[in-house]
Amino acid sequence: MSVKGINRRQFLHASGLVVASAAVSGGTLWLRPSIAWAMSFHTLDEHTAKTLLKMSRHLYPSPSIDDDQYARTVEGLDAKAKSDRALAKLLQDGVASLDASAQGKWLDASDEVSLQTLKGMEATPFFQTVRGSLVGADGPYNLPAVWKKLGYQGSSWQFGGYLNRGFGDIAWLPKE
Amino acid sequence: MAKYELTDDGVVVVVGSGAGGGTLANELCQKGVKVVLLEAGPRIEIKDFVNDEWPMFNKIAWLDKRTTSGSWRVAKNFPNLPAWTVKAVGGTTVHWAGASLRFKDEEFRARTVYGNIAGANLLDWPISLADLAPYYERAEDKMGVTGTHDIPRLPGNNNFKVLAAGAQKLGYKKVHTGNMAINSQPRDGRSGCLQIGFCFEGCKSGAKWSTLYTEIPKGEATGKLDLRAQSQVLRILHNSKGRASGVVYADKNGKQAEQKARAVCVAANSIESARLLLNSASSTFPDGLANSSGQVGRNYMRHTTASIYAAFPQTVHMYRGTTMAGIVEDEARNDPARGFVGGYHMETISLGLPFLAAFLDPGAWGRDFAGLLDQYDNMAGMWLVGEDMPQETNRVTLHPTEKDQFGLAIPNVHFDDHANDVAMRAHASKQGSAVYQAVGANKVIETPPYPSTHNLGTNRMSEKPRDGVVNEWGQTHDIANLFISDGSQFTTGGASNPTLTIVTLAIRQAEYITGLLGKHEI
Repeated sequence: MSVKGINRRQFLHASGLVVASAAVSGGTLWLRPSIAWAMSFHTLDEHTAKTLLKMSRHLYPSPSIDDDQYARTVEGLDAKAKSDRALAKLLQDGVASLDASAQGKWLDASDEVSLQTLKGMEATPFFQTVRGSLVGADGPYNLPAVWKKLGYQGSSWQFGGYLNRGFGDIAWLPKE
Repeated sequence: MAKYELTDDGVVVVVGSGAGGGTLANELCQKGVKVVLLEAGPRIEIKDFVNDEWPMFNKIAWLDKRTTSGSWRVAKNFPNLPAWTVKAVGGTTVHWAGASLRFKDEEFRARTVYGNIAGANLLDWPISLADLAPYYERAEDKMGVTGTHDIPRLPGNNNFKVLAAGAQKLGYKKVHTGNMAINSQPRDGRSGCLQIGFCFEGCKSGAKWSTLYTEIPKGEATGKLDLRAQSQVLRILHNSKGRASGVVYADKNGKQAEQKARAVCVAANSIESARLLLNSASSTFPDGLANSSGQVGRNYMRHTTASIYAAFPQTVHMYRGTTMAGIVEDEARNDPARGFVGGYHMETISLGLPFLAAFLDPGAWGRDFAGLLDQYDNMAGMWLVGEDMPQETNRVTLHPTEKDQFGLAIPNVHFDDHANDVAMRAHASKQGSAVYQAVGANKVIETPPYPSTHNLGTNRMSEKPRDGVVNEWGQTHDIANLFISDGSQFTTGGASNPTLTIVTLAIRQAEYITGLLGKHEI
């Protein structure tokens, strides 16, 4: 199935509960808490996508990053997996090992168990692939909405730089 | 702009358009020499720069596959990215931060001053500071280095003010906003610095010196320079007399062409320059060109580096303004009582949030790490850069099996820290941390080395042909009309950022080459 072209604004009034499509592969996930958005995936199955989303939240937990912003990374992985079968398999197998380590569905595991399971998988290519994506170009720290919350102002040349906008405005340093 | 025939054997071919090659090409053109400047990357102008880390990285970084080996942490975190350099017209001068410091006199005599350090392949340079001083003058004038030639220093940004306040608490005296090739006021047709930040992503105002918009257009204005972008040199050719006779390069369509040459000057940065000589092996020179000493590719240096980032209780906004906004020079001295030879500098550094997430502690994850990034606007950062020991086994070699798109062996970069490097990094990290703790840091983090931007030594300068690849003029010991014109000719690395010295050597080399051409010695 194709979910290409879904207008994110269409989901503005969604309930925010996770309601997935019935498709085995590909679909749309409704996310909390940022209810204005849904995660689209084409190649990965729903369970894999949901697990990767939870994993993202556990790897780089921040009150300034919403689910939809973590979801960008999962979408990025999904897009790459479309043309990279080895990556698709790596992600699906990785999620299966997470589930096996958690003795069931890792998605349902407690925070403590979830974290322990992740620590045990730190050296695996699966873990490193997901982790690397989260701090790469597809990761939440590359999103202007997250920059704004964390106090990074992004591109400045169009405002004339900071020469007259506080490049040296620090006032709390101890005086000589 | 000139256009020379491929068959014109009167041209000097320069390989690479960065600090060394871009400067050399212009200097030769100013003296009336015909120059073909071959640059592997595209011509990306200031208008194409964006203040955005990942897109610019993907646009200008040298991303062709390389491999790594050895115990350095870069090999673990960035196994296919040993270096952070640029593949574009202007080379790494598009990316550099602008720090322009002279070597100290004793740094040219490392073997004599430091003595015999076990495991280090130390050697004195065949030239002294006195030999280079007049050329340093010219380089500083050309580049508009602040704090020289009556050029005022830049104002200090918040990141500098934090560094300076901490350094003063520790009793450091030589603390200032640096000698920067960044205009503090309009000069040489370029604007003054607007404190934009994003020095690493290409200077959007052109205040920072880069060959892209200084040397290269000046060379073109002489009518002597034929710049060919997207033209990667694959092999250097030689004639039956063992002289360089031209190069084979691939153009933007992958079509290969042979450019004849009267002389060839290699300035492709230390990894590619060594690789090019090695990949140019022939039946006459089975170990690669200019490699009778066996030193091509060896003694690879990258400076002993680390960074210290600290989070404070209140905001800093380190990213506002120049990336390298100030310096502490007090530790840049040889004082073996500290437990190592050579010295190091502290220089501010800042990364945007996207790159800080990737580089602050590569591989780190979890609540503590994410919690640090949550304090991004309260962070300050410094880079520690000091002299590393040349070691024969730290080395660029040709990969035994992996080939690039042209069928040529890709480079492998092997590096192990020397004990001296480890001791220096530990000292520098301790002092750097203390600087920030002195002004109330909540949390200090030691960031391991980034992929190298200072790549040095793989075709080093030596008095005797058996000890290195080039003589004091950057002329290869083996082939009179083959020159090395980048940082790979450094005998040792000193504690200073290398660009000023690369430019200085290029100015000096241009005079020498012009002299040889005039006397028909090449």
